[in-house]
Amino acid sequence: MKLLLTLFFEFFKTGLFAVGGGMATLPFLYDMSARHPDWFSTAQLADMVAVSESTPGPIGVNMATYVGFETGGIAGAVIATLGLVTPSIIVILIVARMLKAFRGNKTVDAVFYGLRPCSVGLIAAAGILVVKIALFRWDYVGPNEDWWRFFFNWKALILAAALLVLTRFIKATKKLHPVIFILASAAAGVLFSF
Amino acid sequence: MILWQLFVSFARVGVLTFGGGYAMIPMLEREIVDRRGWATSEELMDYYAVGQCTPGVIAVNTATFIGYKTAGNLGGIVATLGVVFPSLLIITVIAGIIQNFSDIPAVKSAFAGIRVCVCVLIFNSVVKLWKGAVKDKATLVLCLLVFGLSVFFPISPIVFVVFCAAAGILFTRMGVRGK
Repeated sequence: MKLLLTLFFEFFKTGLFAVGGGMATLPFLYDMSARHPDWFSTAQLADMVAVSESTPGPIGVNMATYVGFETGGIAGAVIATLGLVTPSIIVILIVARMLKAFRGNKTVDAVFYGLRPCSVGLIAAAGILVVKIALFRWDYVGPNEDWWRFFFNWKALILAAALLVLTRFIKATKKLHPVIFILASAAAGVLFSF
Repeated sequence: MILWQLFVSFARVGVLTFGGGYAMIPMLEREIVDRRGWATSEELMDYYAVGQCTPGVIAVNTATFIGYKTAGNLGGIVATLGVVFPSLLIITVIAGIIQNFSDIPAVKSAFAGIRVCVCVLIFNSVVKLWKGAVKDKATLVLCLLVFGLSVFFPISPIVFVVFCAAAGILFTRMGVRGK
């Protein structure tokens, strides 16, 4: 019981202070493993990050669930996850209520006029990060003259081009649910060993 | 009934999100904007921006926002529980049964393929969101500035959000908006 309470409190703190998305929880988890060495090691943490990134769901939530499970079984997984999301729920409900009260306010409207292009810029920049690891092979960049031949991940580029055509230009496939393309890409990855 | 719909919709978004919160945008567009009509594309962007600078995981923050907007406090809580539910299930199963899950060659290949798809989906989302956000010269400059700086420099998103909020007010006061 004490373990579960500590888990909840630790993840509550993480959820309250990690600002800016799932990966922002990582430094808190390192700190946690230093203070609770019997919970999990930093080597285990690396595995948890890998699994969190390669399973569906927000990375921050996945990591909390994983750490919670390793530390306190199924109850631990549930408690750690709830601990992580509780501060978000409280803060967002307050912010949402304030926004609702100020709806139609000229200043709030002006703020969002500035924030929308900001969101698009941030999402595009995050997309570039994925493009960097998904379509190119940075480990080949080096002194070799012909590094550029290996620099492009050709299989990935062909898949990307095919997906682009299917999702944007072909009427029959344009409106399909994104998950269909995700599953097809996973299959392509396995078939052609990306 | 609406609560159950919120739970199911956000569980669906949770299960279909691979990677960080940004990978969630295409799924939210599909499920929340197109299918349910609970929010507009513009509102989604507003929540995303606010979610960047409030504490916690962005996916959770966005879920709480839309849940609250749709069905009040309880809606916010239920949407959040929905978005974390698949993670709880999947991670518990993987952690409990499969050792070294992410070292399995087939898993690695599948995710290399999925990442390619995520690139394309995000690109499509950006094109769509661009139309709602970049409406004049001022917003064009803001968008390109944020994009360029955050690609090349490790600047916290909070800095951009605060800066752009201030710029939004300034541009509106100066009367350059819509030009």
